[in-house]
Amino acid sequence: MAMKESGSGLEAKVPPEVVGVKTQDVDVAKVPWRRTPEGRARLLGIGLFSPAVLYLVALIGVPFVLAFVYAFTDVKVGSVSSHYVGLENFRSILQSPSFRKALGNSFIFTIVSQILVIIGSTILSVALKDRFHGRGFVRFLILLPWVAPISLGAIGWKWILDSLYSVISWVLVALHFYKPYSAPMWLGEPSLAMASVILVHTWRLLPFSTVIMLAGLTAIPKDIPEAAQVDGAGFFRTLFQITIPMMLPIINVAVLFGIIFTFTDMTVVYILTAGGPYDSTQVLPSLAFFTGILAGDLSQGAAISLFLVPILVVISYFMLRMAHGAEIA
Amino acid sequence: MRNALSQKILEHVSRWFVLVVFAVLLAFPFYWMLITTFKRTADLYTLENNPFKFNLPPTLDHLRLLFGQTKYVMWLENTAIVGAIVVGITLVLALPAAYALTRLTGRWGQRMGIAIFLTYLVPPTLLFIPLSRVVAILGLQDTIWSVVVVYPTFTVPFSIWLLMGFFKSIPRELEDAAMVDGLTRLGAFVKLVVPISLSGILTVVIFTFTLVTQEFVYALTFISTENNQMLGVGVPTFLVRGDVYYWGSLMAACLIASLPIAVLYNLFLDRFIAGFTVGAVK
Repeated sequence: MAMKESGSGLEAKVPPEVVGVKTQDVDVAKVPWRRTPEGRARLLGIGLFSPAVLYLVALIGVPFVLAFVYAFTDVKVGSVSSHYVGLENFRSILQSPSFRKALGNSFIFTIVSQILVIIGSTILSVALKDRFHGRGFVRFLILLPWVAPISLGAIGWKWILDSLYSVISWVLVALHFYKPYSAPMWLGEPSLAMASVILVHTWRLLPFSTVIMLAGLTAIPKDIPEAAQVDGAGFFRTLFQITIPMMLPIINVAVLFGIIFTFTDMTVVYILTAGGPYDSTQVLPSLAFFTGILAGDLSQGAAISLFLVPILVVISYFMLRMAHGAEIA
Repeated sequence: MRNALSQKILEHVSRWFVLVVFAVLLAFPFYWMLITTFKRTADLYTLENNPFKFNLPPTLDHLRLLFGQTKYVMWLENTAIVGAIVVGITLVLALPAAYALTRLTGRWGQRMGIAIFLTYLVPPTLLFIPLSRVVAILGLQDTIWSVVVVYPTFTVPFSIWLLMGFFKSIPRELEDAAMVDGLTRLGAFVKLVVPISLSGILTVVIFTFTLVTQEFVYALTFISTENNQMLGVGVPTFLVRGDVYYWGSLMAACLIASLPIAVLYNLFLDRFIAGFTVGAVK
């Protein structure tokens, strides 16, 4: 059996080599590279991935460039021609109070919700890491906010935070924190509306971050924390001095994705408050939508959305560094 | 010994405490959708009633309204049709691309793969303004074809990335052996690699479909007619008439659409996460 295998292996290998040797010195110069096996494989490779690349260039690359082009012109919905206007769009949005509010809100919105998400998901992933009875069901419940369509989840919250029939208000009234009909309008007062938007976003991203961290936790060799516990380190000491430091790379992954998903999202804001009251919950993406699409000022909308780019570049840089590190390892 | 035992009990109790608190906070809105769906309107809008229980007998009125007098079923259909077509487009583009990048283009393909992954990070909220113009030029505005054309922009990069991880785990020798037996490289891909990657392909199918159902911004931007709308936009915009909210029907609509997607997603979660962890987890 072994003989036969090695025999057939030889048979398969020898002929091309022999042919290669025979023809090498004569033919190599004449045979075009695309006829060689490597060349053919490369051609096939190009043929196989170019449809996808062409599609992505046409519908991500071109629009990406167009966003820059629009920001420097005066293009409107339905307009046929457009003119170069220099920095005019940027000048006018920088002067608009709505824009400044949105820029600040975007950062508050992202930073606060990410801090909450990281703290929450670290705790939750540690609680979920070992196998136990009922883990699958608990995981299903915890994942619901991430897997359900966000626009529908946000509508659920809109009902929970209703100005009159809010269940939260009902509970607070029942506990005598407020008199009937005097509970706050959760989405109607600027600071409460901002808090609500942040909390709903935290609710949405927490499961995603938790499962990412769970993947990282299960990759930590079990014997290290166990050895520490045998050596007398308590649960919390093991957690803070061993487990969490070992989780750092995966926490980075969760934070990078979390920042992108939060900073560029407009769904939660659009559904809960539409940016209101008085722009108090307006963020860059929602302002870009209201200006560029609803008001039809494509060029100003594009200029607003370009303010997302620096964040994307920074995040991409860190992602590339991480991918590079993984490649070397 | 007793110390170790009490430590175990403490750990057990604190773990369940954490889990119960988080599970309640995270799942509550869905429980609330469920209970609202079956409550009578008079029960929902009476402030004196305890909202946690049925003060009047449950009713199916909201479901009847949802299925009988709204376009909900139409939105479900639109979403299913768009989902199916986008799955097809995604597979046709992503399968060959992922194979080429893992096997045929060497280190250069690795870099290309990372570049394609980065395109996944370009958000709809940056592209929707220029794309609205592109969609208008193509004459697709206000049809489901607008999102059919645009949705692969986020499903293709993610699927290529997922499939690359999958193809890498297939031993090269398998294809080499098949090629020695007379198959061409392309033949080996179609007849050998694709069949043994079925579970990877299934993962792509599920995630493409769920990403389509979760999308909001593009559908909101490109489609304005009630009949052509997708589920995620139709429910929050057209089930609200003026300032009147049909909360019972709204909650039913949210729950019915969310649960099947949640179940599907859960089944394939681990592979999905592998796509995000970018090699940070070995």
